Amino acid sequence: MSERIKRAKRIDRIMTGVFYGVAIFFLVLLAAFAGKVIIGGFLGAKPEMFGFERQGTIGNQLFNTLYLVFVALLCSVPIGVFAGIYLAVYAKQGILTKFLRICIETLSSLPSIVVGLFGYLVFLVFLGMGKSLLAGALSVSILTLPLLTTTTEDAIRGLPKGYFQGSLALGATKWQSVFHVILPACIPRIMTGVILAAGRGFGEAAALLYTTGSGSTLRWGNWDITSPTSPLNLMRPAETLSTQIWNLQINGQDRALANLASAVLMLLVLVFNLAANAWSRNIESKNSGDQS
Amino acid sequence: MSEEKAKAKFSIHGLNLRYQNFHALKNVNMDIYEHKITALIGPSGCGKSTFLKTLNRMNDFVKGVTIEGKIQMDEKDIYRQMDPIELRNKVGMVFQQPNPFPKSIYDNVAYGPRICGIHKKAQLDEIVEKSLKQAAIWDELKDRLHRSALSLSGGQQQRLCIARTLAVEPEVILMDEPTSALDPISTTKIEELAIQLKEKYTIIIVTHNMQQASRISDYTAFFLLGEVVEYAATTDLFARPQDARTEKYITGRFG
Repeated sequence: MSERIKRAKRIDRIMTGVFYGVAIFFLVLLAAFAGKVIIGGFLGAKPEMFGFERQGTIGNQLFNTLYLVFVALLCSVPIGVFAGIYLAVYAKQGILTKFLRICIETLSSLPSIVVGLFGYLVFLVFLGMGKSLLAGALSVSILTLPLLTTTTEDAIRGLPKGYFQGSLALGATKWQSVFHVILPACIPRIMTGVILAAGRGFGEAAALLYTTGSGSTLRWGNWDITSPTSPLNLMRPAETLSTQIWNLQINGQDRALANLASAVLMLLVLVFNLAANAWSRNIESKNSGDQS
Repeated sequence: MSEEKAKAKFSIHGLNLRYQNFHALKNVNMDIYEHKITALIGPSGCGKSTFLKTLNRMNDFVKGVTIEGKIQMDEKDIYRQMDPIELRNKVGMVFQQPNPFPKSIYDNVAYGPRICGIHKKAQLDEIVEKSLKQAAIWDELKDRLHRSALSLSGGQQQRLCIARTLAVEPEVILMDEPTSALDPISTTKIEELAIQLKEKYTIIIVTHNMQQASRISDYTAFFLLGEVVEYAATTDLFARPQDARTEKYITGRFG
């Protein structure tokens, strides 16, 4: 074997090692970080922290987090998906469409603290809502909107052209083709967008600081939606896990509780990601015919 | 021509089509006969696929297309007297790449009837069975109607697409190089199917394959640079081409 080939092979081996090293570094970083937060959080926890009291527990905040993200997605998913459909199927090339794209790109890179401020000005000052779960959810939905729009548009553009053509050639209208063929085929990829959006919502703190307030008093069993202590009331102040962590750290009280809240938040995002991924993979393999 | 008495399904008069500044179809005049197979041949870019798509108005979705002239189907002007949706229910289309939807075999075939407002299970079952039988693929698929259509082979997918087209009970079937993505055995099956289907339907097929045109078609039109150079009964066109360009093309000297 010539010296040249030997040298090339040696470099090849070294580079392979480098790439493996980088991958392992990331894996270790993630494992160490997640392990520290989750294990540390649960080790320092006291059993009573898992309750649903006004103070010293995380139950109400966990509920608020889930409820807020649910409401936010309820607002942003339909709008985002419809905007994505519009851009992929209906929009004509032109100045207006170009401008719309610039708006969406700008919106997606807005710092969340600015969105929070915007939410404060519009929902609280202008609409007079008061610090509330709804104001927070709407702010978060603004944050997630561009992500949902672009994922939907990309998903539709990624489909084989034949789906749309085939449907139109059978005498379907544009809307029938979109609703019955295009959207079902895109669901796995749109779901990925929804997961990312939800992840963003779970962890969001800055946009909620001025908008949701820090209410944590809930009377479980009080289903009167207008009562300020009803869990379902949208107009009540609501502290989420992320704002709870912030509040606790700022006020320097109860480190252990903040750690537990962090651990639960991390676990929540992890479980949600895994479950949603499994679900969208299942649909994808059904569509492609790997299973009946 | 041997069968002068055949009824014209389509009458095309002075058809001109432009993509922005490109003159893609130049003064096309022809009658397309009912219950016959008409083959459109010609080199790539000669306008044969473009012409096919004027017949079900799929060109409506292409930006910058302008059309002059008149296309009549059963004496009705398809651009002025018919709604495009209604037209596409009557004029089905099979594409070059098999394009089943990512749904079950059953749902693929039932798709057309469903969008036309048929939702009764028994009726849909009947249409699905009938269409798959007509497309000669029922025996292969009857035990796995609820499997994904994407699990089928290319040839089966293409016959499924034909069944999907038949399910809306069209009168005409347009085929845009339906076998160019398929293996020889699947190609033979599609050709046999086309010959069976002409009993009930009018078939217009674009093909690159001159043997295919001579095997299955009754009439052949030769397109060149957007013009119909020659249009005649297939046997005549291949045995005694009238135009020197047709002769050169079918003997393989250009194209």
